[in-house]
Amino acid sequence: MSDDHDHHDGNADHELRVSKIQDGTVIDHVRGGQALNVLAILGIDGSEGEEVSVGMNVPSDRLARKDIVKVEGRELSQDEVDVLSLIAPDASINIVRDYDVVEKHRVERPAVVEGVLSCPNMDCITTDGEPVTSRFEVLQDGVRCSYCGTIVREGIAELIDTH
Amino acid sequence: MRHDHLITSKQLSRADIETVLDRAAEIADDPAAVADRHANAVLGLLFFEPSTRTKMSFETAMKRLGGSVVDMGSVESSSVKKGETLADTVRVIEGYADALVLRHPKQGAAAMASEFVDVPLLNAGDGAGHHPTQTMLDLYTIRENAGLDDLTIGIMGDLKYGRTVHSLAYALTNFDTRQHFISPESLQLPREVVYDLHQQDDTQIREHEALESVLSSLDVLYVTRIQRERFPDENEYQKVAGEYQIDLETLEEASDELTIMHPLPRVDEIAPEIDETEHAAYFEQAHNGVPVRMALLDLLLAGGEADE
Repeated sequence: MSDDHDHHDGNADHELRVSKIQDGTVIDHVRGGQALNVLAILGIDGSEGEEVSVGMNVPSDRLARKDIVKVEGRELSQDEVDVLSLIAPDASINIVRDYDVVEKHRVERPAVVEGVLSCPNMDCITTDGEPVTSRFEVLQDGVRCSYCGTIVREGIAELIDTH
Repeated sequence: MRHDHLITSKQLSRADIETVLDRAAEIADDPAAVADRHANAVLGLLFFEPSTRTKMSFETAMKRLGGSVVDMGSVESSSVKKGETLADTVRVIEGYADALVLRHPKQGAAAMASEFVDVPLLNAGDGAGHHPTQTMLDLYTIRENAGLDDLTIGIMGDLKYGRTVHSLAYALTNFDTRQHFISPESLQLPREVVYDLHQQDDTQIREHEALESVLSSLDVLYVTRIQRERFPDENEYQKVAGEYQIDLETLEEASDELTIMHPLPRVDEIAPEIDETEHAAYFEQAHNGVPVRMALLDLLLAGGEADE
């Protein structure tokens, strides 16, 4: 499957998105370089034996360079898609069953994400060992901690709480 | 007011603010009328940071409503020292009191704590975050001296770390005000605060490095302390802080009607010679903490029933 990613012609994009996995999810049009963060958000590190393909910095019509993630045997939930939108706002999600794309949707930014990001402000109460779930409001161009008000516009992926 | 807690001045509408200020004015006029209003009610004081005036004025306010206070005491002598979480502490003290007042060094502490309790919780300062009861007494003082509409206010000093400044600036966006922020570049308003202020309609805010450029247009000048520890060395501090100190000479350019406020404690940012002038409102401002906190406690303990 990985040989797909070496193709640079326009058709390769199409081929990649559709039929190479039997059942699962193809996350396409991820911003170049963010594929590993997408996997981090989904909690996929390969240790469970999942079949995962990653294409990074593939030429794309819509984005100059894009990443693609394909996960066999896993359909993303709406929560997962919501969180993906923070780092891959242009992504399209294809749900594949028996080699066919049965659902195809663009990500939408949620109003709030809970329990996914950790606040970078060391003076925030959520970083102090309290029994509280992190909560960020999603802004036009970033996220904002609901507790201390800190706004993060860049490097959101680095705040993903993978524990 | 229909709020269960008072966490930030951002949650308050103009109508909420006016309800509190009107109630405070009624109480100030006739404190005897509320002397037994909350007899038997107990206020829990949780101060994880030192405080003199905020804590004492809350105590006085509760006692003048007929109630009493229980005090966690200093952090050193409490269970916090043993590693108890704030969430646990407030859930325990909630059982002893009808309302809680919390000061804590971490930002967002009051917002989080309020999620764990059913009794009203009042934020008395959360790190560099918010201090809404100070804001209410500031607004009360401004209203008494200059009025809250068609107001031009200068807010000067440490705008970066000054939580009283952030809370006041949010609240003033509810009124027809022009806000001038005067500070050294290194102590300007945090970008989060500027972002929020710009979210409000009709916000008129400007940032300046020199007081002279706006002084003559001001109805109110709100001065805050620039702290030594914000600067790498003593020389740098002296150089910068000196530019944000006012004395009688500074005020030659000011309107005769200018009201000068300060959340106190001051060090040397307002010369004592100003204390005796008509401009000085900072001691009155501190005293206003009692009727304003009485009004807030009354409204929150009554669960909004006083909202008429």
